[in-house]
Amino acid sequence: MAPVQVVNISLPALPSGWSAEKDFKPVGGLSAATQRNIEAVGPHFLAHARRKRHNRTFSEDERIQAKQNVAKTEDEENMDISEDEDPAMFTREAKDWKGQDHYAVLGLTKYRWRATPEQIKKAHRKKVLRHHPDKKAASGKSDENDNFFKCIQKATELMLDPVRRRQFDSVDEAAEMDPPSKKQISKGYFKAWAPVFHAEGRFSNKQPVPQLGNDDSTQEEVESFYNFWYNFDSWRSFEYLDEDIPDDGEGRDQKRHTEKKNANARRKRKQEDNVRLREMLDEVMAGDERIKKFRQQARAGKDAKRKAKEDEFKRAAEEKERARVEAEEAKKAAEESAKADREKNKKAKEAAKNAAKKNKRVLKGSVKDVNYFADGEPTASQVDSVLGDVELIMGKIDVDELAVLAEKLTIAGKDGAAVKSAWSAEGARLVGAGKVKEGELKAFA
Amino acid sequence: MGDAANGVDAQAERFAIGISFGNSYSSIARISADGKAEVIANEEGDRQIPSVLSYIEGEEYHGTQAKAQLIRNSGNTVAYFRDFLGKDFKSIDPTPCHASAHPQQSESTIAFSIRDTPSETPNSATVSEITTRHLRRLKQSATDFLGKEVNAAVITVPTNFADAQREALVASAKAAGIDVLQLIHEPVAAVMAYDARPEATVTDKLTVVADLGGTRSDVAVVACRGGIYTILATAHDYELGGASLDQIIIDHFAKEFLKKHQIDPREDARGLAKLKLEGEATRKALSLSTNAQLSVESLANGIDFGSTVNRTRFELLSGKVFAQFTGLIEQVVKKADLDVLDIDEVIFSGGASHTPKIAQLARNIFPEKTAILAPSTLISAINPSELAARGAAFQASLVQEFDHEDIEQSIHPMVTVTPHLSKAIGVEFTSSTDTTFQPLLNAETALPARRIAQYVAPKEGGDVLVRVCEGARDIKVTKPEPKAKEEKPADDEDSDFSDEDEEEEDIREIVWKTEKPVAELAVKGVKAGAKIEVMVHVNPDLGLQIAVREVGGSTAVRGAINGSA
Repeated sequence: MAPVQVVNISLPALPSGWSAEKDFKPVGGLSAATQRNIEAVGPHFLAHARRKRHNRTFSEDERIQAKQNVAKTEDEENMDISEDEDPAMFTREAKDWKGQDHYAVLGLTKYRWRATPEQIKKAHRKKVLRHHPDKKAASGKSDENDNFFKCIQKATELMLDPVRRRQFDSVDEAAEMDPPSKKQISKGYFKAWAPVFHAEGRFSNKQPVPQLGNDDSTQEEVESFYNFWYNFDSWRSFEYLDEDIPDDGEGRDQKRHTEKKNANARRKRKQEDNVRLREMLDEVMAGDERIKKFRQQARAGKDAKRKAKEDEFKRAAEEKERARVEAEEAKKAAEESAKADREKNKKAKEAAKNAAKKNKRVLKGSVKDVNYFADGEPTASQVDSVLGDVELIMGKIDVDELAVLAEKLTIAGKDGAAVKSAWSAEGARLVGAGKVKEGELKAFA
Repeated sequence: MGDAANGVDAQAERFAIGISFGNSYSSIARISADGKAEVIANEEGDRQIPSVLSYIEGEEYHGTQAKAQLIRNSGNTVAYFRDFLGKDFKSIDPTPCHASAHPQQSESTIAFSIRDTPSETPNSATVSEITTRHLRRLKQSATDFLGKEVNAAVITVPTNFADAQREALVASAKAAGIDVLQLIHEPVAAVMAYDARPEATVTDKLTVVADLGGTRSDVAVVACRGGIYTILATAHDYELGGASLDQIIIDHFAKEFLKKHQIDPREDARGLAKLKLEGEATRKALSLSTNAQLSVESLANGIDFGSTVNRTRFELLSGKVFAQFTGLIEQVVKKADLDVLDIDEVIFSGGASHTPKIAQLARNIFPEKTAILAPSTLISAINPSELAARGAAFQASLVQEFDHEDIEQSIHPMVTVTPHLSKAIGVEFTSSTDTTFQPLLNAETALPARRIAQYVAPKEGGDVLVRVCEGARDIKVTKPEPKAKEEKPADDEDSDFSDEDEEEEDIREIVWKTEKPVAELAVKGVKAGAKIEVMVHVNPDLGLQIAVREVGGSTAVRGAINGSA
């Protein structure tokens, strides 16, 4: 809140004739502002920054800050402790302090090991205000019994000593959480077990303690939880249950004996506690659906991998087989086509041979048909020379030329001149090509 | 879980101190449980720890021990290195390091070549590394003193520290294991050291902070408006400081020695170093007593020297230097477009501020109403050497719980750059005889701002007019005398209230003039002798909300004027 300045100058009276709507008359604006950098220090700056960053006005900011302050004081009040005493506690003898529940004496059963030293101090003060022997005397009940007050003092003394408090917390049965029954587990596994681990966690040297979690916890979380608990580092100790050592000065042996017994008892209890925790953990782990789930997942993962591998293998084999079959088929087809080709070739060759034979026959026949170019009966020498030439030409020309010549001769038919010219032309061509020597041909020269 | 007494939950929580890191001296401070700033002494009992590091055979010496090494081991002693941080070699003035390890160029930064290991070959240690070592020692001292690991700090820097220097400082601090929460300006830290005292009240004031250090002097005008600080002007003198005064003492004794023995001890480096060290002590002693002694064994040629000097002598000799200090102060007031009459207080900070004469001279410059906060003029003044560290500690206690992000967002220009009123806003009073103006929001008030004031209604009651205006302050010369200074043209700057209690022999005074009316409001039917409460709220866009009501009355007259933006 901005401080209020008080100025002792009296304001002027309203001039007559002054009037404005709602008694307010705007006259003018302000001169332009200068931009400057304010220094980021001091509580007032922080308030300014808060207002600016959260877009608050002065009054809003004041209200919010005021609210926050109120909340703080409420918290403190809530911490106040008011638990009524169990009447049975009043009848306790102060010397039996070891058997008392210190938290109950101080009225801190709601908090137990969670109670802060601050709370313990407050609780102690509150109890003392009510149970101080002088208060009792004032109210007329002077029965000279300050047992409960002594109990309070003892409880506070013990609770405010961190070492002794831990000793008591170690064996504080009221803070102990029993493992849940089968029925409870069936209702909700995590809900049943979580408070147990929360309670056990108070003994841990390492804080914070990982919590049990729920169905949705990740594998990592679950693993860290079990790792933590199987390697649990506990400060729990059992000195509190030690048998009292008589310090009457005599019986040193007796004292040593008791000390030894106590040490053994502590060790045994600690071992038992460790075993208990381990067994409990085994049980929890055995019942933990998440572990099974993760295992299944892992197995499913492995199966999937294996299957994938097998599939891959199979696929490769099939591929190979198919390739082989294809290759075989290709080979077969090639062979077949080659055979067909061969046959076709053979046929063609035969046909060509036949054609050539036929053509040769035509060739031979052509000269015979024209009576060996002789008028009348040919002489043997005439026939010889003509046939000799025919044989020579036929021997020198190839199949195609043969066919051409045969065609020409067929066209010529029985016209002796045409046949002769065809032969002569062929003879001349062969001579020109150098296949037949000049003069070799006799009849077709 | 568990109780704290079991030591189960020893979580690393932030534990912050305030550090004033100077060229010559550094200080560390912490706000104690009862809310008071406490300057921490190091293991030698020093609250002003010399910013000096010295090395012998690989052994590190710090503070006073290191400073003593300036005589015998000057080559391996690093001093006056703060201003070199984050700068390049070209832009530094190595003069102060004349008698210690010399700065050298090393790539883009500055380094000192010192033998900081047992080996004979010198190492090159960058100025950042030296700063880290220095801060580490300061941190260790604070940790030892407080019994709790210190891991964060608010550090003060001069107003003209560039971004590169800031970054280098933050990086060096980080290397020393100190998380820098914020860097704050030295003059503002000094103002805050005064304002954080429980008895201080939040007022609007204009403050001149004269930070007179060992080797440099910085003066700033800081406007404080409703607890928010704005620096209006700064002036720096890098050659003026405690060392300038030491030089006078040195010269004085050197001359005396010269006269006696015909040897000038200043010609010998070791003699000069001895004289410097003792001279500084003598000068400091003169600030407390009227006589001071100086004795140096084997000053030159094995001749011992002992002599005394009194304060008057010293002040006579230092006249010129003192004039430089006061000149710097006057210069900055002028630079801020202000008049000495506008200044409400002058805070003397830094080691040289102990010198009584400087504060007395300042007393003469400023009018009677101006508070001069220096040890010689005010009994309750805080030790000037501790102001910056205290302010830093106070800020550290405020921001210690904040997240880094939170701090960064808060010191972002988006938040810190704000419009400031250029003219004062106030209420005008018209009576039958004359018109007066009462400022309600002073000029240079950061916006948004809200002020509430109560005014007396006329005795007879009835209807009242409230006229909200912009005002300007004028300096009026009422009784010009031959000696009077020349009138200065007044600017549109403000001061606090008009000084009604001004003494008669004063020649110049501040008068307020109405410049521009803003709004008029009427409160009707006011009871006789009642008071009228006026609330003015100015938005950043220069819009106004005004509410006027009779104190105790239920209805208020409200009105708003839209901003120009």
